[in-house]
Amino acid sequence: MSEFLQQLLNGLSLGAIYALIALGYTMVYGVLRFINFAHSDVFMVGSFIGYYMGRLVPHETLWGGLVVLAVAMIGCAILGMTIERLAYRRLRGSPTLNVLITAIGVSLLLEYSGQIFFGAAPRNFPSIFPVRNFEVAGIIVGSNQLIVIAVSVVLMIVLQFIVYRTKIGTAMRAVSLNPKAATLMGVNNDVVISFTFGLGSALAAAGGILYALNYPSIDPLMGVMPGLKAFVAAILGGIGNIPGAALGGLILGTVETFVNGSQWSTYKDAIAFAILIIILLFRPAGLLGRFTVEKV
Amino acid sequence: MPKPHLALIVALLAAFGVQYFSDRFDPYYLDVLTGIGINVILAVSLNLVNGYTGQFSLGHAGFMSVGAYLSAAVTLFLGPKLFGEDGGTTLQQSGLFLAALMAGGLSAAFAGLLVGVPSLRLKGDYLALVTLGFGEIIRVVFQNVEVLGGALGMNGIPPYTTIFWVLAFVAITVFVVTCLVHSTYGRGFLATRDDEIASEAVGLNTTRYKIVAFVIGAFFAGIAGGLYGHFKLTITPTGFDFTKSIEIVVMVILGGMGNTLGVILAAILLTLLPEVLRPIAEYRMVLYSFLLIVLMLARPQGLFNFKLRKGKA
Repeated sequence: MSEFLQQLLNGLSLGAIYALIALGYTMVYGVLRFINFAHSDVFMVGSFIGYYMGRLVPHETLWGGLVVLAVAMIGCAILGMTIERLAYRRLRGSPTLNVLITAIGVSLLLEYSGQIFFGAAPRNFPSIFPVRNFEVAGIIVGSNQLIVIAVSVVLMIVLQFIVYRTKIGTAMRAVSLNPKAATLMGVNNDVVISFTFGLGSALAAAGGILYALNYPSIDPLMGVMPGLKAFVAAILGGIGNIPGAALGGLILGTVETFVNGSQWSTYKDAIAFAILIIILLFRPAGLLGRFTVEKV
Repeated sequence: MPKPHLALIVALLAAFGVQYFSDRFDPYYLDVLTGIGINVILAVSLNLVNGYTGQFSLGHAGFMSVGAYLSAAVTLFLGPKLFGEDGGTTLQQSGLFLAALMAGGLSAAFAGLLVGVPSLRLKGDYLALVTLGFGEIIRVVFQNVEVLGGALGMNGIPPYTTIFWVLAFVAITVFVVTCLVHSTYGRGFLATRDDEIASEAVGLNTTRYKIVAFVIGAFFAGIAGGLYGHFKLTITPTGFDFTKSIEIVVMVILGGMGNTLGVILAAILLTLLPEVLRPIAEYRMVLYSFLLIVLMLARPQGLFNFKLRKGKA
């Protein structure tokens, strides 16, 4: 029983990270209807900003960690908005495939320039937050896990507030529902889309730092697998649906951790894709998504 | 194209000719040419799925790996049993290699059927992801099968791939895809791409067309995998991950979807590009991805697609 709870806790903290990355995918998909492949590399850049910032602030202090987190989030928000401005804006309205290939190009560009700029060898992520382990009812709770869960929950509440309680959030929902009608109602689509990229990238940066706290070996290709899995999480919950992304991330993280702890551990990378395939075959709109009928 | 059969025979003879004089070429150029040929087979076969039928598949490397593993298994395990340790005569080896390639192609086609039947109900991005997922699952499965070398892959595959085989299969792939698409039956692929709902309304079984395209595409990907395995002599599961699939998709898109000649040119260009950029070593992939973005922004219809696009309503 205590082993089950331990795995559940580990799974939830991994799932919270997937959820943060998945939110970025789902928001961009919501407003632009395309898969931003470069998102996983923004995640990578986020943890590298964290790595360099982590050397500037005193280690193992709460405020130091929060400063690192904030700087990485701002840095990645700027990066995300720049990518959107330079690469995606010109392609708005062109076929999905072209945008997808451009996104893949941006992703490769970030990965390979990362290999030159940061170096291809893995680096050890500093422990920027205080590290302590507690034992509660037979299970070991790491302070990093608590930080991961706390930061994720706070960020998701903030996101929920932005999307449902602010003017820009209303505009985001309007663009996602019908871009043309939103323009006619006086919404500036460019600003909204740019903001969405910034917000999503900031969440990815937070995810990157939290991921690096728990798996402290970072390299320029680290984003690929978590990125793909987070995307699976976004689809699992229903793409374009914000609570869905959070739910999908938690489910995926938990399932993966349990598989990793079982005799099937070598198949853990396949399990995410198996879930993806099953969900798309039986409920293509995802767990919380709504079906739309194609009209001629 | 007029007289496609004649063109095929000429191409096969030409392949034989190149093989005959292959001693006189620089081995480096032969290697590059082999690489180009394998990529052309992959790109042209994927073009049948992505370009002509309009189904976005990101799992081509998965089928390639099925073909590579199965054909390598045939030559590695059956070869010594049939012909003893000395490996048999050249003709025996060629026969075995052909059988191995066929086994690889057919098993890849079967994998294509297994993947295609459930996933082709989906469209666009979703299909892309499911095929990507299947590709990754195939890779993880190969990583876990001990008989096929596990994560280390298979080593010591006999070097059966010669320039003749590569060029011959390039010719056959181009022949099959071109003839298929220009046949009466093949119009169904184009109809499925242009408007699926309208095609269904006039009574075409679009699901069947998609599956046929997928299976044929997978078959040639398997052949290309077999050629690749017997060319590199060692195969690892990570060599067939989704970056390889993306590489092939990029060739198809740059060539202009559904334009065989363009796709062939793009495959040649994109195989040569890393070779040409070799002097700038570590910067070449940066430049490659940068060029990809620029090309997509500047020529979204594909680099080699010179047909005028009609405005879409």
